[in-house]
Amino acid sequence: METQTLTYLFVGASFALYIGIAFWSRAKSTNDFYVAGKGVNPIANGMATAADWMSAASFISMAGLIAFLGKDGSVYLMGWTGGYVLLALLLAPYLRKFGQYTVPDFIGTRYYSNTARLVAVICLIFVSFTYIAGQMRGVGIVFSRFLEVDIDLGVIIGMIIVFFYAVMGGMKGITYTQVAQYCVMIFAYLVPAIFISILITGNPVPQLGFGDTLVGSSTFLLDKLDQVTTDLGFGAYTENTKTNIDIFCITAALMFGTAGLPHVIVRFFTVPKVSDARKSAGYALIFIALLYTTAPAVAAFARINFVDSIQNVEYSAAPDWFKNWENIGLIAWQDKNNDQSIQYSSGNALEGVRPDYSDRRGTNGERILNNRPNDNNANEIYIDRDIMVLANPEIAKLPGWVIALVAAGGLAAALSTAAGLLLVISSSVSHDLLKKTFMPRINEKQELLFARIASAVAIVIAGLFGIYPPAFVAQVVAFAFGLAASTIFPALLMGIFSKRLNKEGAITGMIFGLIFTSSYIIYFKFINTSLNFSENWLLGISPEGIGFVGMLINFAIAFSVSSITSNPPREINEMVENIRKP
Amino acid sequence: MDKNTNTYWKSNLKIVLSLLVVWFLVSFGFGIIWSDALDNIQIGGFKLGFWFAQQGSIFVFMILIFIYVFLLNRLDKKHFSKSSEDD
Repeated sequence: METQTLTYLFVGASFALYIGIAFWSRAKSTNDFYVAGKGVNPIANGMATAADWMSAASFISMAGLIAFLGKDGSVYLMGWTGGYVLLALLLAPYLRKFGQYTVPDFIGTRYYSNTARLVAVICLIFVSFTYIAGQMRGVGIVFSRFLEVDIDLGVIIGMIIVFFYAVMGGMKGITYTQVAQYCVMIFAYLVPAIFISILITGNPVPQLGFGDTLVGSSTFLLDKLDQVTTDLGFGAYTENTKTNIDIFCITAALMFGTAGLPHVIVRFFTVPKVSDARKSAGYALIFIALLYTTAPAVAAFARINFVDSIQNVEYSAAPDWFKNWENIGLIAWQDKNNDQSIQYSSGNALEGVRPDYSDRRGTNGERILNNRPNDNNANEIYIDRDIMVLANPEIAKLPGWVIALVAAGGLAAALSTAAGLLLVISSSVSHDLLKKTFMPRINEKQELLFARIASAVAIVIAGLFGIYPPAFVAQVVAFAFGLAASTIFPALLMGIFSKRLNKEGAITGMIFGLIFTSSYIIYFKFINTSLNFSENWLLGISPEGIGFVGMLINFAIAFSVSSITSNPPREINEMVENIRKP
Repeated sequence: MDKNTNTYWKSNLKIVLSLLVVWFLVSFGFGIIWSDALDNIQIGGFKLGFWFAQQGSIFVFMILIFIYVFLLNRLDKKHFSKSSEDD
């Protein structure tokens, strides 16, 4: 069968499965809708958490980013896993003991204030929407490349599928579809990785192949890669180019941000017992690590394969995947030295960051660009890093069914995360905004209806973000982490571990964290993008890492304000003591 | 807070803190701060600092959570032998 047909088959079958599960597990009460009736087995919850967590950014973008960043890319690997240690040790068991439905619920109750609840809702919605925009974009990319539909149409199809099971099933539907999506996703990630590992190193375990020698040679893969990247002018693959302080702060922002992401935290509300919440975090990390320890190997394989298959190849003889991605608009080639061959090296090939394609074709059949070539370097290739994982099986010339599998996996990753995010958005609107703040008299049935309406509205907004994306997938996601680290995480942590912290402290802390972090990121990423390099940064910390500083500011302000205002009331003291008991 | 709960909480904090020290050491320590120095040691195809940054720290994270689960279950049993009630 042709790859195209296989892709339709795999994607169609996986979608049918998700909708079937959603129908079987539809929500009947708000308890079902918000926390899946608190009856999820810890292993199943671990899988659902892993799927919830591993997004289009993890599945599609991360290995590609690492492939081009080398050791600098470690920030994503450590940052997006280390947060689970914090979650398991510092938050999950206590929040489960608290036993309510949402993250703002905890903040509103602990800080005995609807203002605190509202600030938390605002932070949550802000974080979740920035994050979700990246997912819908990922859905669009997969659809346009593998099913050959327009990116926008792809986003709309994705919206309809998510609508089905998120609106109907709530947390219960989402949990069990996520278990299925995890299986699809991890299978789709590991199969090509194993194949490629065997092809390149002869070792069937990618985690080990990564440190093994190349087939038919005694050179280690990583040594070869260091040499190749150095020759092309990039610097050695296994060495950092960023400063240590920046790497430190980015990793910290991603870790604390992970622990503060509402859609991840809320997963631990769904298990039956406190001890299950701890166990579940451990299982979640195992399931996540299966992909995360494979990713750096995939990255190294991809980089070496990519260079091997295009360097000094004549354009007319370039592989199909190269031309396919060029047609989608994620690869561009400009023949600077007029030798009809592709030369790849460091530096931006084009003036202006993104290629601007004209309708015409050049003499070799390539798409002609309106960009002027950047004459400061010899690089002729523009490549969007998001395509590496998707293109990897084709670059390694793997069979069609593997390529089809990767398409289904990428969609599973994006849809599972989007659904989890939509759920926390809708439950914070229906539960925290309406039921607990503005319309306390609505009954359960009405609350459930509002939850469904809210998630439908959220899906439409998310889709618009996907069609009109702010920046590319991984960058948008970095924004969400900075905000989660500087607002939600500190409020939760201090709420559990300090009895002294009062509402005035928590609210001012969150507000300062939010304002500081978002203005820093917006300033460098949106207003003055030309100034976005290390000389202008505060202490050399990039916008990606600033959430860590925002978090420290939040802590400092929260404690100082608390120390000059009154103690929290006695019942809060009792509540804190109670959540500390298992 | 009664005495039993109080000692439970203190032992819990001790466990959490010592595990977080290891958490910090393998990621921020071995993976970032002393990573370049550790790169001088090579095991198979891996420079050690690079390995901690890209794989090693993740393996340690997993182990840490399960040690925590084990220690806390034991602690729960010691202080609250009747298993916790649920709402």
